Amino acid sequence: MDWLLNPQTVTDKLIVMVFAIVLFIAIMGLILWVIDRPAVPNWVVVVGFLGPVTIALVIGLLYPALGTVYRSFQVSTTAVGPDGKPIVNPETGQKTTELTFSLANYDRIFTDPTFQKVMINSVLWVILVPVLATFIGLIYAVLVDRTRFEKLAKALVFLPLAISMVGASIIWKFVYEYRQAGVAQIGLANQILVWLGLDPYQFLLTQPWNTFFLIIVMVWIQAGFAMTVLSAAIKAVPDDIVEAAQIDGATGFKLFRKVTIPTIRPAVVVVITTVAMASLKAFDVVRTMTGGNFGTSVVANEFYTQTFTQGQTGAGIGAALAVVLFIIIIPVIVYNVRQMRISEEMR
Amino acid sequence: MSMSGSAVELPITTDTTPEEKISSRQLKKQLRLQDAKTKLSSPWASGVAIILAILWTIPTFGLFVTSFRPPADISTSGWWTFFANPGVTFDNYTNAWGEGLAGFFLNSFVIVLPAVIIPISLALLAAYAFAWIDFKGRTILFVAIFALQIVPIQVTLIPLQTIFVSFGLQNSFWPVWISHTIFGLPLAIFLLHNFMKEVPASIVEAARVDGAGHVKIFFVVLLPLLVPAIAAFGIFQFLWVWNDLLVALVFAPSPNLRPITAAIADLSGTRGNQWELLSAGAFISMVVPLIVFISLQRYFVRGLLAGGVKG
Repeated sequence: MDWLLNPQTVTDKLIVMVFAIVLFIAIMGLILWVIDRPAVPNWVVVVGFLGPVTIALVIGLLYPALGTVYRSFQVSTTAVGPDGKPIVNPETGQKTTELTFSLANYDRIFTDPTFQKVMINSVLWVILVPVLATFIGLIYAVLVDRTRFEKLAKALVFLPLAISMVGASIIWKFVYEYRQAGVAQIGLANQILVWLGLDPYQFLLTQPWNTFFLIIVMVWIQAGFAMTVLSAAIKAVPDDIVEAAQIDGATGFKLFRKVTIPTIRPAVVVVITTVAMASLKAFDVVRTMTGGNFGTSVVANEFYTQTFTQGQTGAGIGAALAVVLFIIIIPVIVYNVRQMRISEEMR
Repeated sequence: MSMSGSAVELPITTDTTPEEKISSRQLKKQLRLQDAKTKLSSPWASGVAIILAILWTIPTFGLFVTSFRPPADISTSGWWTFFANPGVTFDNYTNAWGEGLAGFFLNSFVIVLPAVIIPISLALLAAYAFAWIDFKGRTILFVAIFALQIVPIQVTLIPLQTIFVSFGLQNSFWPVWISHTIFGLPLAIFLLHNFMKEVPASIVEAARVDGAGHVKIFFVVLLPLLVPAIAAFGIFQFLWVWNDLLVALVFAPSPNLRPITAAIADLSGTRGNQWELLSAGAFISMVVPLIVFISLQRYFVRGLLAGGVKG
């Protein structure tokens, strides 16, 4: 069974992969074969089609989410016996710990200055990335709309969306690369500063602006998404509205502001909220570029650091951070869904 | 990125639909005349567009050029001097590949196939049930699954890890496949259900009258019609899994399992100054998603506009 859980060679890994796929097909094939027999009651058919998914989501999403909420209210304390003294494990001689109910995790993440900084950074990300990405995406979509190079121009801005955020981070880390003054710069950003007669700058280390230089990377990634959705929305503006406005004498920017913008408003809302959620959860960029050091950490990154490197205390804090992430996301999504409802009714 | 339910159904033009059949010159001329009135065309506008396009391209281009320069050149001069003083080498790629990236590349491949095939198959079945089977509680269950999209994966990681440990699966490919499947399901079901609903009821009814059961209708009638939708979601899931860092770091921490994205992120932390290694490594990790993306861009855009953006 070792090759199944711990394959080492290329062949073993490929065999395990094929095995996993075949196993899955066999199980699903069996289920479908059973429910396809004649005179099977309807509910069996439903269970066959929906059972696997329901089980996967209840065990894999619902239960863990509730577990994390529960864990966020627990702290690790020394267990106390009935005699009022700490219980000592006779084998190891160490005091045993137990998890008890507490609000300390939440207290800590909202009052500790380090975590407050993390929260402020997250707020900056969640506001700046969607606004800038949507603004740039919209401008660009309008500017290249129906030009001769539209396809190519769009592909250029769209491409960062296909590569990983890790890849994008490395691309930008190289742009920000710093060499001290007097030495030849190898990062483009600092070379531009030098060309302008300025001193090179530690883009990723100098607080508080380093957070903004990380945000630029996320804007660079997300603008392509904004552009694509908004470009499609602009193209879908009905011709008769445009013509009516033109007859009334609207052209150029005025036409854009009075006709196009109000018509594509629902799409703009969807783009902003979607990008906001993406930036709230963005962990890869911070992790790859600074590791969350130098005051650049955000909730999603701090969650990882706390949960997986800080033991029992960190697990509680991490759980609380994840819950905070969850709570911030809910209103954004509710707003998003409501907007979509409204735009659907309008049609 | 995270889900955004769909529904803002943005009719997809130009990018996605094939060229219209009518292409007489006159019509084009007319269109161009009309364009002139609605477009914000001026030298300024073109200037801004070009500047943005350059800003969006230069960073990638710079690293790309760097990946072909000898290490000595990289550390002593900027990539923009390459054109005055070209020196090309492929050693960076050979070295990066030899650094173990070949193994990580294989891991990515091993992770991505099941993590795309399994969620799509499961979601197709579920979407079919929601669209074409009548049963009690259908709406409630569908809304519940839709709502699960809002759970950030961070919230699930620790308890999931505990579950995997209790089954003795930790530190293998299984948790990675299973968790990618679970995280992909809500969006997949939602997207595929939307596409499935668009199939005319008359087609399904006709098959039913002919005596076909649900399983047969699913395979024979609906699957062939859903190929574009499957492609659209498949590309999403593929890019998401291939480019993922968080799930890989949590569930595949050992170097034996590590996918290429996590390996590159690790290199950036430990060998951050070896740009010859990092630049080549970054592009090795990007090759596959870029090929998939460029060759199937049409489907990707369609999926994006149908509301599928996950995270």
